[in-house]
Amino acid sequence: MEWIIFSSKSRDVLIKAVALTKRYGSFVAVDGIDFEVYRGECVGFLGPNGAGKTTTVRMIYCFLPPSSGDLTVAGLSVYDKAREIKRVVGVAPQEDNLDIDFSVVNNLVVYARYFDIPKVEALRRAEEQLKFFQLEEKRNMHIEALSTGMKRRLIFARALLHEPQVLLLDEPTTGLDPQARHLVWNAVRQLKKLQVTVILTTHYMDEAEILCDRIIIIDHGKIIEDGKPKELIKKHIGENVLEIDYDKVLIPILKQTFPDAHIEVIDERIQIFTSKPYDIFDGFLHEHKLPNVTIRKANLEDVFLKLTGRALREND
Amino acid sequence: MTEVNLRGSPAKFSIPKITSNVWKIWRRNADVFTKTLSVNFLPSMLEPIIYLIAFGFGLGGFIPEINGLPYINFIAPALVAISLLNGVFFECTYSTFVRMYYQKTFDAQVATPISIEEVAAGEILWGATRGTINSTIVLIVVGISSLFINQPIFTTYTFILIPLIMFFGGLMIASIALCFTAIAPYIDFFNYPFFLFITPMLFLSGTFFPISTLPQPAQGIALVTLPLTHIVNLTRGAITGATETIFGLTTQTLIPLAIIWIIIIAIIFFIISINLMKKRLIR
Repeated sequence: MEWIIFSSKSRDVLIKAVALTKRYGSFVAVDGIDFEVYRGECVGFLGPNGAGKTTTVRMIYCFLPPSSGDLTVAGLSVYDKAREIKRVVGVAPQEDNLDIDFSVVNNLVVYARYFDIPKVEALRRAEEQLKFFQLEEKRNMHIEALSTGMKRRLIFARALLHEPQVLLLDEPTTGLDPQARHLVWNAVRQLKKLQVTVILTTHYMDEAEILCDRIIIIDHGKIIEDGKPKELIKKHIGENVLEIDYDKVLIPILKQTFPDAHIEVIDERIQIFTSKPYDIFDGFLHEHKLPNVTIRKANLEDVFLKLTGRALREND
Repeated sequence: MTEVNLRGSPAKFSIPKITSNVWKIWRRNADVFTKTLSVNFLPSMLEPIIYLIAFGFGLGGFIPEINGLPYINFIAPALVAISLLNGVFFECTYSTFVRMYYQKTFDAQVATPISIEEVAAGEILWGATRGTINSTIVLIVVGISSLFINQPIFTTYTFILIPLIMFFGGLMIASIALCFTAIAPYIDFFNYPFFLFITPMLFLSGTFFPISTLPQPAQGIALVTLPLTHIVNLTRGAITGATETIFGLTTQTLIPLAIIWIIIIAIIFFIISINLMKKRLIR
């Protein structure tokens, strides 16, 4: 019986976008995208700078109004139910908008007031969040005295005060040290257990692969791929990647040995993408004695670079 | 299956929809104010004292009487009105701009159930409050000083009437100030309203010399265009019992005119300022 309940819950659509578009004059930031996010899911929005990730996130929390299309959050339309939506959505924006006129703890208390949380309860929740995000010692410090990592953690803590159903994390770990990143990941995992729906944007593919149930890749305002991380890797790259220092004589030999594999030359390295098991590589390497060889699991970064190209994006 | 919506601009002009959320914005600013009390109080007390010394005692010694009042009694109500103007205008331009543009306070606030209209209205409400506090302090300072020179210049209701006048006058000034803030591309832009609007108004609104000494058309212009004229008329009426005679109009006409003028201008600019803010912040 239990799995039926669970599956019906996981099919519960919490966010739904249909032909969602955001235009600025003739520039189209988000170009008619459709997607659904289910309750309790963690979805990662990936894309190069300026792809439209942040714009999409901002439309979800009603910061930006769509130019056209439909967008509902918990069944409420962003066009006329902004207040109700913002009550159930928690936001950790990309830029630091902590209130520098208040101390760390008062940032949380004042923010809780915006949600009508009574003072005593606000203080209790604030202390709880400070403890979880290891900011207790900074409790009475000024915001300006915090490091970037501490600020990011405090912004995350602030987004959780009103116990949101949906959490929007716009690049939550940018500028964090590994310890703080793990703290953030841990927080996301705990929230998933509580059936909180999480949408996160990130440039760290390992982060997306670890945390997200599903990945939506956006480029030039359009969704170019949508699926589970493992499936996307399998579909676009394969299982394993063999990397060898570039040598042009090797190319024909490699093509002959791995007729089905996709072979690319990137940054003076040859990359062979294949679903063949490790043993095949072993045999080949044994035969040829090549220097500087790496065999690794295919990852999301391979997918991302394949789909969005290698050109640098300067805007955003 | 699904109909595609093509909505009009959400920033289109409308009468602001406002709830009690406005008080949360007010509370936030009030909390910051009370924490930095010493910085906020001293300068606002010092300014009128300097005016009093320079004009009241210094210049006033050469001036016998204006409209039957000692000069210091003539300028005392104006000093209260000026401190309101300065206090509110500064708060709703520079301070609001810093919160909006540099500190991104508004961005954080509108991610909560509070709307941008309520944030703007909260800023206006706070600006008026801040100005009322400012000018009430000045009222006390001026009142105490006047005890040392001649007969006290206050009537009994002064302390009830003045804060009321200040608050509603403050709402009007705050609304006008917020219009400038909504269109300011950068912070130095406020030099324009301060030098072209506030400073001239400071001297041409019946503050340090009677408007009635100006040519008749100038008196009319002051009545029609300068908000401070009406605030000064009200404070002077409340403190000394009579306004001066401007454009042939006496206290009996000028007081109701001031009340109506302030209410109408306050409502008009309140609606305009909130719509300009929406236009700026909803992109």
